[in-house]
Amino acid sequence: MIHSLFLINQSGDIFLEKHWKSVIGRSVCDYFFEAKEKAVDPENVAPVLQTPHHYLISILRGKLFFLSVIQTEVPPLFVIEFLHRVADTFQDYFGDCSEGVIKDNLVTVYELLEEMLDNGFPLATESNVLKEMIRPPTILRSVVNTLTGGSNVGDTLPTGQLSNIPWRRAGVKYTNNEAYFDVIEEIDAILDKSGTTVCAEIQGVIEACVRLTGMPDLTLSFMNPRLLDDVSFHPCVRFKRWESERVLSFIPPDGNFTLMTYHVSSQNLVAIPVYVKQNISFFETGPCGRLDITIGPKQTMGKTVEGLMVTIHMPKAVLSANLTATQGNYSYDLATKVLVWDIGKLNPQKLPNLRGSLSMQAGVPRPEENPSLNIELKIQQLAISGLKVSRLDMYGEKYKPFKGVKYVTKAGKFQVRT
Amino acid sequence: NMQLSQTTLDRNDEMCQTLVSLIWCYVAFLTSLQIKIKFHVINSKSSVLRNDDLKEMLESSKESLKLEAMKRIVGLIAKGKNASELFPAVVKNVASKNIELKKLVYVYLVRYAEEQQDLALLSISTFQRALKDPNQFIRASALRVLSSIRVPIIVPIMMLAIKEAAADLSPYVRKTSAHAIQKLYSLDPEQKEQLIEVIEKLLKDKSTLVAGSVVMAFEEVCPDRIDLIHKNYRKLCNLLVDVEEWGQVVIISMLTRYARTQFISPWKEPDSLGLTKTFYESDSEEKKDQTENKPYIMDPDHRLLLRNTKPLLQSRNTAVVMSVAQLYWHLAPKHEVSIVTKSLVRLLRSHREVQYIVLQNIATMSIQRKGMFEPFMKSFYVRSTDATHIKTLKLEILTNLANEANISTILREFQTYVKSQDKAFAAATIQAIGRCATNISEVTDTCLNGLVLLLSNRDETVVAESVVVIKKLLQTQPTQHSEIIKHMAKLFDNITVPMARASILWLMGEYCERVPKIAPDVLRKMAKTFTAEEDIVKLQTVNLAAKLYLINSKQTKLLTQYILNLGKYDQNYDIRDRTRFIRQLIVPNEKSGALNKYARRILLAPKPAPVLESSFKDRDRYQLGTLSHSLNIKASGYQELCDWPAVAPDQSVRNVEVIDPVRSHIAALDERNLCKQEFFSVLNMYMNVCSESGSESEDSSEDSEETSSDSGKSSSGSEESSSESESEQKKKKKKMKKMALQKKSKPTAADRYSEIPPPFLVVSCPHIGPLRDASPRSDNQRVYFISTQLLQKIKSRLIKSTLPSRVSCLVQVTTPSFGPVKTYELLHHMTGKGLSAKYHFPRQPCLYQPSMVAVQVILTNSSDHSLEEIHIGDRNPASLNIHCFNTIERLEPEASVTVSMGVDFSDSTQAANFQLCTNTDQFSVSIQPAVGELLMPSTMAEQDFIKEQGKLQGMNETSQTVTMATANTSSQAISKQVLSVANVGVVSSSQSNFHRFAGRTVSSGALVLVTLEMKESSSAQLTINTEKSVMASMLLRDLKQALAQV
Repeated sequence: MIHSLFLINQSGDIFLEKHWKSVIGRSVCDYFFEAKEKAVDPENVAPVLQTPHHYLISILRGKLFFLSVIQTEVPPLFVIEFLHRVADTFQDYFGDCSEGVIKDNLVTVYELLEEMLDNGFPLATESNVLKEMIRPPTILRSVVNTLTGGSNVGDTLPTGQLSNIPWRRAGVKYTNNEAYFDVIEEIDAILDKSGTTVCAEIQGVIEACVRLTGMPDLTLSFMNPRLLDDVSFHPCVRFKRWESERVLSFIPPDGNFTLMTYHVSSQNLVAIPVYVKQNISFFETGPCGRLDITIGPKQTMGKTVEGLMVTIHMPKAVLSANLTATQGNYSYDLATKVLVWDIGKLNPQKLPNLRGSLSMQAGVPRPEENPSLNIELKIQQLAISGLKVSRLDMYGEKYKPFKGVKYVTKAGKFQVRT
Repeated sequence: NMQLSQTTLDRNDEMCQTLVSLIWCYVAFLTSLQIKIKFHVINSKSSVLRNDDLKEMLESSKESLKLEAMKRIVGLIAKGKNASELFPAVVKNVASKNIELKKLVYVYLVRYAEEQQDLALLSISTFQRALKDPNQFIRASALRVLSSIRVPIIVPIMMLAIKEAAADLSPYVRKTSAHAIQKLYSLDPEQKEQLIEVIEKLLKDKSTLVAGSVVMAFEEVCPDRIDLIHKNYRKLCNLLVDVEEWGQVVIISMLTRYARTQFISPWKEPDSLGLTKTFYESDSEEKKDQTENKPYIMDPDHRLLLRNTKPLLQSRNTAVVMSVAQLYWHLAPKHEVSIVTKSLVRLLRSHREVQYIVLQNIATMSIQRKGMFEPFMKSFYVRSTDATHIKTLKLEILTNLANEANISTILREFQTYVKSQDKAFAAATIQAIGRCATNISEVTDTCLNGLVLLLSNRDETVVAESVVVIKKLLQTQPTQHSEIIKHMAKLFDNITVPMARASILWLMGEYCERVPKIAPDVLRKMAKTFTAEEDIVKLQTVNLAAKLYLINSKQTKLLTQYILNLGKYDQNYDIRDRTRFIRQLIVPNEKSGALNKYARRILLAPKPAPVLESSFKDRDRYQLGTLSHSLNIKASGYQELCDWPAVAPDQSVRNVEVIDPVRSHIAALDERNLCKQEFFSVLNMYMNVCSESGSESEDSSEDSEETSSDSGKSSSGSEESSSESESEQKKKKKKMKKMALQKKSKPTAADRYSEIPPPFLVVSCPHIGPLRDASPRSDNQRVYFISTQLLQKIKSRLIKSTLPSRVSCLVQVTTPSFGPVKTYELLHHMTGKGLSAKYHFPRQPCLYQPSMVAVQVILTNSSDHSLEEIHIGDRNPASLNIHCFNTIERLEPEASVTVSMGVDFSDSTQAANFQLCTNTDQFSVSIQPAVGELLMPSTMAEQDFIKEQGKLQGMNETSQTVTMATANTSSQAISKQVLSVANVGVVSSSQSNFHRFAGRTVSSGALVLVTLEMKESSSAQLTINTEKSVMASMLLRDLKQALAQV
């Protein structure tokens, strides 16, 4: 399946290679570089490429390309999903997935890659299993290892690999038993010029952090499970219980994990928390344009909108921006032509406003289209779909855990057309 | 009932530990600083020297130094630098006790063994020893490395190791051996035959850990040996949900291929079926059977696969979801495919690369099945931040989805896209508008006008694309568009993109009769600039000149000759060639001959309009989700998905011989003796364990308790379990099911998903009589064992004796027959002079005539003398069609006999009156059918139900609110009550507040659809859709009564 993996940084250097079958020369990456050159923007490189003897499937994570070489037919999503899983594992182990971090932990990375695939077929991808085989680096451990000559590698087969619940190891112990659930909802929306919703939907995810001793069996139920239109689960969730009773019943993995993701139907009306009044215009005569943006609260369910930020990808012709913001700061990156206005908390009494002029390159025709605004925001203590967790029960263990639920609403792909 | 507290999370716990680690950290920092300084000194030397140092470190006696050296060597490998010269020094450490050091040496070995084969052989003995290690982890990793060393000499050793590992007790080692098979095969394909043997053995493995890997090996080594799968097919289907996600993908794609070779197509021929249905609707059932088109019945194994893959649509792994989606696309009946839509749309939220692949697949699907994705149209709206290839794919899908109803919305959306700063995307949008315009004639004019407006756009690519599209559109509609052509001629000077210029010239030439004044002028301009134009423009100029010459030679003769002369000496041979050809064709001279006469017909022939179609049109020749589909090129190793076989191959190949652990216990028992009773107990038990069958299972267990109360043994399973707590009961059921299925594996995490028994178990025989004659058994245990034994017999018998189609038929009809049996009095023994008769409706299809309702009559002689010649006499009304039972010659005192008869009630509750006669007396009796007994259950999918319901609206709909005794009644209880009243089939519902039941009237076969929509508290809306409105109101009344008792 997966023959080789190359890690490539933004400037096109291969800084790590791993082969699971015979060695394939680096020159195979040239086809990729060619495509990258053509695409200009790294985002635009096609994920699947064909070369005379191989197929290249790549993903872009952060600023790194994970490029895998394939020789025969394989579902491309299989490879893509796996590469993302590799990147996730790096993130999990080292807290980041960047060139520097990978280079610093080269040996651990290599050991991980060795365990994750055998002959190009995924072997152990469950973080819990991997962590038992290759312990994540911590300062403490590296000290002990240097002093005692100990190792980061486990010498027995992790219990999880063999049990029917590969996501959890046996013998977990905590002094403080706690289970936290974060219900995070993102609003994906497109608003048109006049502020009407073109399309809007809610994507939710329940992130869990469970530190419980032993083998707890949890049941999480909702007040209004009917809201959920489409769901996907961590493998630990018993699907049958969900089908019949609409409760989440599961033996949780240890630590942080994504319990479920869900989708709230686009048929329901989605509450849009803010409105945007904007006026961007480029004048036909004279090399300048005007910009005036005001943001105000719309349907916030009485909560405060925080972390408000507006990002605008300006047309190439815009040279600089001379603006004043009544709240927050703005910056305009000349190279990428991105205007960022970081507002912060939205004060309903005094609406934030950004206005001023844009200077344009002389002699270049007026842009056809006004740039659209991408909005980021955050509302604490609110799940905009109205989803509510009603209770969490634990079976199988005797102690009383500490339980908590947190709700957050964020803007996902929230775009205002102008 | 603890309410969850709202807390802000503070996960920075364990303060103490942090403190300790800080102190350690400081100490460590100092130490590591020293080490680093030491290494720095080493690093600064030249690279050759560095290798020497590494060698030195490897040969030192200190483990930590060796480890450090290996780490740096692995670092070199990772960076792609050559470290092969260290091989001898490294290989010495292969037997190290330090596990990390050992692993790093393994990494090194695997990388360089191929280059240093002789030296690599030195390490082999170490691995051979490790293969016998008591630690499974060490055995597995030894095999992994041994099989990864690509040295041909060790092939026999590898072969031996694989064979041994395949029989290892540890599933993890067996999994590794499956991987090793592929490695050995790629190293030496000669070993194929032997490897297939190992694969065959591993395919039988019941561990979920092994399943994915061995199927992968199968796919790589012998994908054509479909015969190896037969016996493992059902097992793989049942294991699927518990297999790790990567294995699931591989197994699903293999099973897709398998299913296409083994089952017949579930896709009905649209015309033949539609016709027969309407044509024969009024005719009797018999005629229907006589028609050539046999109704399609899905192989239970086919259904099993579809059912067991469905829950995986909820997987977090996008590859799994995609593979299930493609399985449904390629294998499921057309109306079931749409269940994958939601899940595919969900994947669009994932990473950019995932979106790319999923959108490609949706694009292919949406060409054939617009309806699947139309409700989700808005999910394909483009955002300015999407990558270009994502945008284009979304555009493609939106275009595929366009129809008369949504076109205005889509066009409005397209208007935004045309203005995009991403010009490649804007151009693609114009193409899309063109496609919409040709596909939907209502909007052609609107689109054309819109495109003409775009001609004055500032961007060149936009204008060029518009010209090209307009050209194509005008060609499809060459009516009154001279204005547009004129407009384009005006713009001609400003357009520089060659393709656009060429298109305008072609339009001028093609429709020069419509613009007689402008065309020659354009030609004049072209004559001026001819030499500076691109080749494609030159060719069109020559074409235009030729066409004008034929129509308007007076004005253009000179111009044409001038252009032809220029073309004659052009640098491009294509143009020279074309010029020469055109000149011979249009300018008559002595050499030109006959062709000249036809010049007009050749050049001005009406041309067929181009078809604007999707670039994904032909993608469906590749299996969805594959690399080949993504690239639209047949990738190496792509396995063609073959067409459905016309006739299904033998299904029995998938039957598994069950090894019975307790065969010896019952070997002595007479098979015939136990056959009947045991059959029931097995079925009872089965019904108990079959969690799916809901109400039926409850009923049957009740029944069995009732009927065998004196013995209490034949239904041992149900009795025991009923006395235990619910959870216990569940466990028990699970256990029994396991046993029944002869699964030896310990109970797995299978309860995560619904486990579905193999389909043959669903078959419950219709010829089971009443349970009364089940005789007592002394030994619970034994009964149980016997049951398992019997189950196999039943299985094998059913499979041998019944035709495949019949099996499924039975499944459809008989399931509800386990409902409670109500017995009615036909003749009291007082009035009958000792003869008493009772009847009930067994709810089975009548054997005599399909339009009859089966009635069983129990005749009992309670007098003190025997009764003779019991038969049926006159009937009233005379037209009543009754199939009488054969005359009973003699009924002894206290004896009773059960006879069956068939009555055609013609779908009315009018009583059937007849005379029951003995040799001496005649008694008038009547059978009064309950309306619910005039139905027979029919199975249908939810979608079909809703579709049919849609057809039976208005007059055909009866509806009422009913109140139930308790709120939130379970669906089992509801089904039970409904089934007690009416002989209908439960339609599985995806909405938990809807209960649906379907049936047909026995006599005319009219559809009767019952819907129960649960409202707040205990009220519910009961709706019945049928054309038999009288029956509907009666049924409604009965159901209302029954539901009030829930």
